[in-house]
Amino acid sequence: MMRVKMWKPTGLALAAIAATAAVALAVPSAMAQRDPAYAAARAAGQIGEQPDGYLGFASTPTPAIRALVQDLNIKRKAAYTERAQATGSTVEQFAFTSGCNLIANTKPGEKYQAPDGRWLTRDGSPPVRSASCP
Amino acid sequence: MNTPKTGARRRTIAGHGLAVLIGATALSGCVQIETPDKPIEINLNINIRQEVVYRLDGDAKKLIEQNSEIF
Repeated sequence: MMRVKMWKPTGLALAAIAATAAVALAVPSAMAQRDPAYAAARAAGQIGEQPDGYLGFASTPTPAIRALVQDLNIKRKAAYTERAQATGSTVEQFAFTSGCNLIANTKPGEKYQAPDGRWLTRDGSPPVRSASCP
Repeated sequence: MNTPKTGARRRTIAGHGLAVLIGATALSGCVQIETPDKPIEINLNINIRQEVVYRLDGDAKKLIEQNSEIF
């Protein structure tokens, strides 16, 4: 009898956590999306994710794509710098950790760079990442 | 009386050592050892990094989710 009473609040708490998680998951997808030119260059495999947390060129880029990537990498660096300061890490460490996740998040057909520098196309299998990645 | 004997024995041992050394030198002509450029330092860096990477992983995931337009 006591146990039933004890467990009820836990069940409620779990439900609350689940509801919060559902909201948290729904919000980012409703937020800003990728620039169409960026999305297209990604999908076409012209650009891809590097292990260091920045975008790189899998093939020789057009000036427009080069400018696009430079702009995104500057924004990424600013974001990494802010988070690195907040977490007491270096920009390089935070960028690298993000790179682990960004490569893991690539969709089949997208390009990413292996630790040895080769540009690979993501398929159904797990990507080739640094041994330091979680 | 004993001192010269010991000296002679030492010389013999030294002679053996010399022979072994010459033999080893002759053999070492076949073995090539190349000095590695980097490995040791890189391995240390990876070990340090791995701890940091695990600590930062949650924050990195959050950053990527919250700034989806640049990732």
